Amino acid sequence: MRRLLLGVLLLLAGCEQPPAPLYMPDGDNYPEKLSEWGMLQRADGFIALITEALPYDLNTPLFTDYAHKLRSVWMPVGASAHYGEAHFDYPLGTVLSKTFYYPKDAQGRLLLNEQDDRDPQRGLELARVQLIETRILLKQQHGWVALPYVWDEQQLEASLEWAGASRDVRLLDAQGQTQPVTYQVPDANQCAGCHEERAGQGLNPLGPKARHLNKDFTYAEGAHNQLQHWQQQGRLQGLPADLQGVPHNALWPAPRPTESLEQQARSYLDANCSHCHNPTGPGRTSGLLLDPATTIGIRYGLCKQPVAAGKGSGDRRVDIHPGQPDKSVLMFRVESADPSVMMPELGRSIVHTEGVEVLHRWITSLAGDC
Amino acid sequence: MRLAPLSLLALSVLLAACGEEPASVANLDFQKDLQTQLIKAKPGSVIEIPAGTYQLDRSLSLKVSGVTIRGAGMDETILSFKGQKSGAEGLLVDASDFTIEDIAFEDTKGDSLKVVGGKNIIIRRVRTEWTNGPASENGAYGIYPVQTENTLIDGVVAIGASDAGIYVGQSRNVVVRNSRAERNVAGIEIENTIGADVYDNVATGNTGGVLVFNMPNLPQAGRVTRVFRNRIEGNNHPNFGHKGTPVASVPAGSGVVINSNDEVEVFDNDIGEHKTANVIISSYFSTGYTDLSTAENFDPYPEGIHIHGNRFGPAGDSPDHLELKALKISQFGLNGRLPDILWDGYVNLDILVDGKLPADRAICINNGSAAMINVDAPNNYQNISTEMADYRCSLPPLPAVKLASAEAGQGA
Repeated sequence: MRRLLLGVLLLLAGCEQPPAPLYMPDGDNYPEKLSEWGMLQRADGFIALITEALPYDLNTPLFTDYAHKLRSVWMPVGASAHYGEAHFDYPLGTVLSKTFYYPKDAQGRLLLNEQDDRDPQRGLELARVQLIETRILLKQQHGWVALPYVWDEQQLEASLEWAGASRDVRLLDAQGQTQPVTYQVPDANQCAGCHEERAGQGLNPLGPKARHLNKDFTYAEGAHNQLQHWQQQGRLQGLPADLQGVPHNALWPAPRPTESLEQQARSYLDANCSHCHNPTGPGRTSGLLLDPATTIGIRYGLCKQPVAAGKGSGDRRVDIHPGQPDKSVLMFRVESADPSVMMPELGRSIVHTEGVEVLHRWITSLAGDC
Repeated sequence: MRLAPLSLLALSVLLAACGEEPASVANLDFQKDLQTQLIKAKPGSVIEIPAGTYQLDRSLSLKVSGVTIRGAGMDETILSFKGQKSGAEGLLVDASDFTIEDIAFEDTKGDSLKVVGGKNIIIRRVRTEWTNGPASENGAYGIYPVQTENTLIDGVVAIGASDAGIYVGQSRNVVVRNSRAERNVAGIEIENTIGADVYDNVATGNTGGVLVFNMPNLPQAGRVTRVFRNRIEGNNHPNFGHKGTPVASVPAGSGVVINSNDEVEVFDNDIGEHKTANVIISSYFSTGYTDLSTAENFDPYPEGIHIHGNRFGPAGDSPDHLELKALKISQFGLNGRLPDILWDGYVNLDILVDGKLPADRAICINNGSAAMINVDAPNNYQNISTEMADYRCSLPPLPAVKLASAEAGQGA
């Protein structure tokens, strides 16, 4: 029945009309094609989120080979998320979508930059972006499900690829240098590798949490704090009246005037590492915890000997050596693009120069010895 | 239950049968099909991989419990990861009731087979190997269960790891037997594990043969490990581990090394041909780290150590590490040998009774005429002693690990 309906809707898609958003609270007959989710629409050479979905971005995001991300959350009509300081409780059927793309110049070259290139009214101009993949995170009865969709060359459709994919691209930076990237679309298990924060307890969204979302966003109607906007749209219950009581990470790449180097570094480690390096995540076996609740001490890596880093230790004796980034295992691993050395283990194939720079400055600023 | 074999797999087998060389580029269709099977597996699924050498360029992973992966033999079904582009291991398993057998992992970029946090794990007749031989750029661990419970490692072969060939970390109730660890930095390493039996194995050509270690800053301190009936010989490979790793401090030419762990019984082994020592008993302090690197509740002292009834071959003629070389020459002469057992001499002064460790936390040595040397590292090697009287004691035998899969598999 649903298939038939979708078929009709897909015909309509030729007229640029997306199907209605797919509500799939249970079942495992997941759409093979991304368009069946009805999260994106096309018009006049632009691709944009449907108006029923809320776009969002994050204070400090995860680095994924400089890919830009178009993020959205869709909740069933009348349903809303419940605020929690650590994470929100999203309603059944919630669909998070995240489209990874690179900006493209007039000559069709892919660009390496961290600028926001989204048109708040019209979305992304198809001629000026290269769409790579769209990840869907779906909340069902038994928990969240991660589904990776890979875009075709013509940018007409993305297909479900359980086993992931890889794409060779070349990125042109502001200095005119070209950087080759073997972009890795994660397989469904690798999605879970990061999103299953608590071993055996299923997947969870990582980005749309209070501390990441607590920032202004430019909507079609103008700029507004995302959390307050969600609340006004009836999509978030229980938000504290005073936003001062809501945590926020430092803003990337340029921190707010009040945000210290330490906050910036901790926000970066939070977004890039703490999904695994927390007391119950898969990185727990290392004893290194980089979540916001862990204070800066041995458990956060200060003078801590690595446990099973192997060659990832880089012949350095401790994870963070105060004042000495070049004696710190943490720096060795974020400065590497070797899969057996680099951290995070997934999600990038090149080094995030700007992230490395912030961590380097922060470790340099730490006093003490080991 | 058996899944229908993949047509691509069948094709690969046909090609292999025709004597075709395996392609040097990744067999992407095979990789995709296998990973899709792993993702879509259900409890009870058996994923069979026929004989053949398969090239992969990204890591595999399994998150479904109750799955068996079965090859046609550790020399017949070979997953080769030479040129791997992504993933920190060959196969990463985060699931319980998992069995893998009769398959080989070669040349993974990082670890070969890592199992995190599952219960009832069986790894048998699996080979992990870096085919270029020992090298620092090899992956760290071959067989690597961590934070697991009820784990059987049986009849595996681990060669060339730049850290440990067989490494069991932070686990409970483990049996490692009938296995061979060769030319790794550490052959077999049991770390922060509670209840491990290591028997009927061969460890040779490594830097250190069998290690029983405790590391600080981890949720669980290890204790109760039995190492028996193993052949641990000629582990003299220069240490090619990386600084900062626990194995980096192991002197080349070590048979069994116990570091900071408690309740360890080493008996009935054949241990010999080690240039430094057949057995080393040491503390975390000997690894060069200070209090700044350890959480306050960490116990760095090896206690309740019982070394008895082992047959020692020659050892101690050419120790690694400068201070040991100097010590050997000054105490035993240019052509002399260190005793079979070397102890760094660190004790917890807070628990001494009349200057001695309480009986249940003692170090007890009983191997015929074999001697132990206390090198007195805490006092800069000032009071080196080979006096055995205080260590001629005995401890009650440690309990055997009870593991259903090990009993079922006896004689298999």
